[in-house]
Amino acid sequence: MTTYILRRFVNYAILTAFATVFVYIAASLFFYPRKRYLGRNPPIPESTQDAILSGYGINDKDPVLLRAWWWFERIITEPFPEKLGQDLTGNWVIQEMGTRAGVSLRLLVLGSLIAAVLGVVLGVWGAVRQYKASDQIVSYASFVLISTPTFVGGVVLMILATELNNLLGFQAIRFTGSYTPGFTGWEKWWDYGVHLLLPTIALALFGAAGYSRYQRSIMLDVLGSDYIRTARAKGATRSRALVKHGVRVALIPMSTYFAYNFGTLVSGSAFLEIVFSWRGMGQYGIQAVQQSDVNALAGTVCFTAILLLISSTLSEVLYAALDPRVRV
Amino acid sequence: MPEPLLQVKDLTVTFPSTSGDVRAVRGVDYRVDEGEFLGIVGESGSGKSVSSLAVMGLLPTSARIEGDLRFRGQSLLGMTDRELSALRGDQISMIFQDPLSALTPVYTVGQQIEEALHLHHKGLRADSAHKRAVELLELVGIPGAERRLKAFPHEFSGGMRQRAMIAIAMANDPSLIIADEPTTALDVTIQAQVLEVLQTAKEVTGAAVVLITHDLGVVAGNVDRVAVMYAGKLVETSGVDEIFAAPHMPYTMGLLRSVPNMLTAGEQRLVPLEGRPPNLAKPLVGCPFAERCPAAVDRCRAEEPELEARFGDGRAVACHRAEEIAAGTLRPEDVFPRPEPEQREVAVREDAGPIVAAEGLVRHFPLYRGAVFRRVVGTVKAVDGVDFEVQPGQTLGLVGESGSGKSTTSLELMELVPPQSGSLVVAGKDVSTLDKKSRLALRKDVQIVFQDPMAAVDPRLPVGEIICEPLTVHKVPRQERDRRIGEMLELVGLEPEMADRYPHEFSGGQRQRIGIARALITEPKVLVLDEPVSALDVSVQAGVINLLEDLRDRLGLSYLFVAHDLAIVREIADTIAVMYLGRIVEYGPVAEVYEKARHPYTRALMSAVPVPDPVTERSRRRILLTGDQPSPTEDIPGCNFASRCPLLPLLDEERRGRCHGEDPTPVRHGASRVACHHVDSIDRLDTVDAAPQPSVTP
Repeated sequence: MTTYILRRFVNYAILTAFATVFVYIAASLFFYPRKRYLGRNPPIPESTQDAILSGYGINDKDPVLLRAWWWFERIITEPFPEKLGQDLTGNWVIQEMGTRAGVSLRLLVLGSLIAAVLGVVLGVWGAVRQYKASDQIVSYASFVLISTPTFVGGVVLMILATELNNLLGFQAIRFTGSYTPGFTGWEKWWDYGVHLLLPTIALALFGAAGYSRYQRSIMLDVLGSDYIRTARAKGATRSRALVKHGVRVALIPMSTYFAYNFGTLVSGSAFLEIVFSWRGMGQYGIQAVQQSDVNALAGTVCFTAILLLISSTLSEVLYAALDPRVRV
Repeated sequence: MPEPLLQVKDLTVTFPSTSGDVRAVRGVDYRVDEGEFLGIVGESGSGKSVSSLAVMGLLPTSARIEGDLRFRGQSLLGMTDRELSALRGDQISMIFQDPLSALTPVYTVGQQIEEALHLHHKGLRADSAHKRAVELLELVGIPGAERRLKAFPHEFSGGMRQRAMIAIAMANDPSLIIADEPTTALDVTIQAQVLEVLQTAKEVTGAAVVLITHDLGVVAGNVDRVAVMYAGKLVETSGVDEIFAAPHMPYTMGLLRSVPNMLTAGEQRLVPLEGRPPNLAKPLVGCPFAERCPAAVDRCRAEEPELEARFGDGRAVACHRAEEIAAGTLRPEDVFPRPEPEQREVAVREDAGPIVAAEGLVRHFPLYRGAVFRRVVGTVKAVDGVDFEVQPGQTLGLVGESGSGKSTTSLELMELVPPQSGSLVVAGKDVSTLDKKSRLALRKDVQIVFQDPMAAVDPRLPVGEIICEPLTVHKVPRQERDRRIGEMLELVGLEPEMADRYPHEFSGGQRQRIGIARALITEPKVLVLDEPVSALDVSVQAGVINLLEDLRDRLGLSYLFVAHDLAIVREIADTIAVMYLGRIVEYGPVAEVYEKARHPYTRALMSAVPVPDPVTERSRRRILLTGDQPSPTEDIPGCNFASRCPLLPLLDEERRGRCHGEDPTPVRHGASRVACHHVDSIDRLDTVDAAPQPSVTP
């Protein structure tokens, strides 16, 4: 089993490398970073432009494949923080990612864990009480949430928080940025928590809405299974049979869904980061696209790909842990 | 009379549905006494499972249940789920039909048995639960119980899973075990083992058993009393001997007369019980069986008869004409006369030679491992060198347990591609010499009828389209096709006007007729019949078998008839081939093989078939096979049946050595070919009392 997972990990790692290089090439083909330096007053001489762009390794006068090779070569030869090159503001991409990844992951890990638990509970509950009022309400609420754009949800939450703050007369919920500068000690941690509140709620609600639909339909399939009937024939009450035999089996397909979803969340939560002015990876990626910043974008994609690599491996492990039929 | 263990009074179960409420059970009364063995028999949809699920309180919450259910005097219907749960698995337990899906796939067998113990003994310590689980697993005949407890359900064979289910059911020494079609999904040899285990469970726990089944043979050999159910009502209850000897209700008569009996099949034609049960979503007027009953009179169509004990002998019948039947003025053979045998004139030239001839036919499937670098790690020897011939106008019956390779063999014939090894000649043409065009032309000559008539037809096509589809492949013009559809429908006993209807409007037996019509429209010479009646209710099987026999004789067809039901094979086949693990172990004329089987496997297979006659069933000597068929991936030196052979233990050391060391090749004995070293000793199986023993799987 361990060798199997290791082998899968290596497969995913190769895939990650390919994906990143491919994105680098695609970005180099379609981005036009030189436009930053055009139309300036006074004009920047072309030789200076070339020098700056070549410094970043993104001069469009060099062949694309050559640039991709240089970029790849840099990963192997350069010392650690310089491996992914500089973004257009001159920062080392890896250093920038270091600070931003912490910010993003803090939000993502907490938000998706809550979303998962909430989604499973709501999904199971809805399936067991199929077509009853409670199930209908959860269903409608989920569909409303699923069809609401994330940033609208974020803004609505901000408005509600502002109302609450006004009502209380002080800043109970602070929601701009990921922290307020100037705090120390436990106050700093409290401040972190307060800032996390709204975006985490948003992430958890939107995630749970999706998960609960998926979980509900799996659970409905499981509900009619013969082994639930067997469990009840043994003397398990309905609720015990449902939880111990039903939910346990219905979680198996969910594990894959969770893991993959987590991997793609970085890009999905970019809008949330922008709405709440968090300087996270998602926001970095959007900014990179807006500014035609090839290196920064390649860095973001590399980060997402690594997250995906970790979560896919995790999903294999989870699946094997949950389902004895795939263990070899 | 002592208080009954279970008393069911006027039980009705209704399922609300948009197209009208379905009254699945319409007033059922019966009782089960302590230690009794009751059989409930009926066709699918007769309400036999629903009524027992109602007793268990396991029907979906949407079901409306009325009446009075009492277990040891306690009313079951008013109980909460918690109160019922305390009873379920402790006092009343249940065994379900499909052992493949009845166990939770993510827990070990041990965990699931122990759960049943813990649920009813709160303070039970883990090690004593484990000890009891080992004991139970040994009791149901699973060797190496200690080790097997750690296995997951998917690592068990079907038979072993059903044993585990029985172990769970008997875990808390219940007083009532309800077994709902416990052997329907199993092979006949495994069925015999499981029924034996069920008897053991009954003896050990002293419980009363309610066995629900559609198989009259299973009932005959096991139960004390039989209740026959039809359209949501009991129509006859009686002691097992009485009901088989003298059924008093025409439906029971029809059922008994339509079942092929392995001991007598082939001599006379089967008696079909035509029609289908009434739709329970519609209101019923009169006797629900009246429409299918040849003895129905006006009163039957106007007034539904009640189940009454009219004769003071413990028998209860729901029939207006029961008195006449009891008096002997209305006999079963008057109600369901046996159809006259059609003159079988095999209009085939003797010198024509076989229409299908296979020699040394092999089909191996490689087993792969690895996602990126696929490598072969083993071989499934599905068909491992078989010789057979199908003579023109005759039927070759291919029998064996599931996994013996009989379906692969028939598909090999359908595929018409060069075999991996050996030769296959169809209609005089060697298939390895065919080019694409002649292969397509030859496909007309070989057609197939599948097992499940519902799954084998596209539910969204009208049956006319379904039937003529083969002709579109062979580019027959539209007008010609339309003409042929009508012809075909008539040929299989349906109305030509039915061509515009959709499959769901037909009953199972009619759908199988549609399947046969589709196969026959290309005017084939050979028909592969892959378990054509095993998915059908007993009552309609007979009609389809009779039709197949008529068609064969009228059209001069040849059949390759794949089946696991030895009684039906005896009925229809001329030659029989018994397959085991990809080989044919015995091959010969039906009359000879059934009269004097020479291979121990054939003997065991035949002795495992339950006979619908309680007297024979009780006196018959059984040869129980031990364990399951080995995996076809295994490399077995010597005879591959040696691990389960009932003859082997009766032989001396030296002769046994030959079985383990030398692979037997088929040798001619009489008109048969038998692959066994010790054909001369086969009769020892009759003299030694082959007592049932728990299976031994090494």
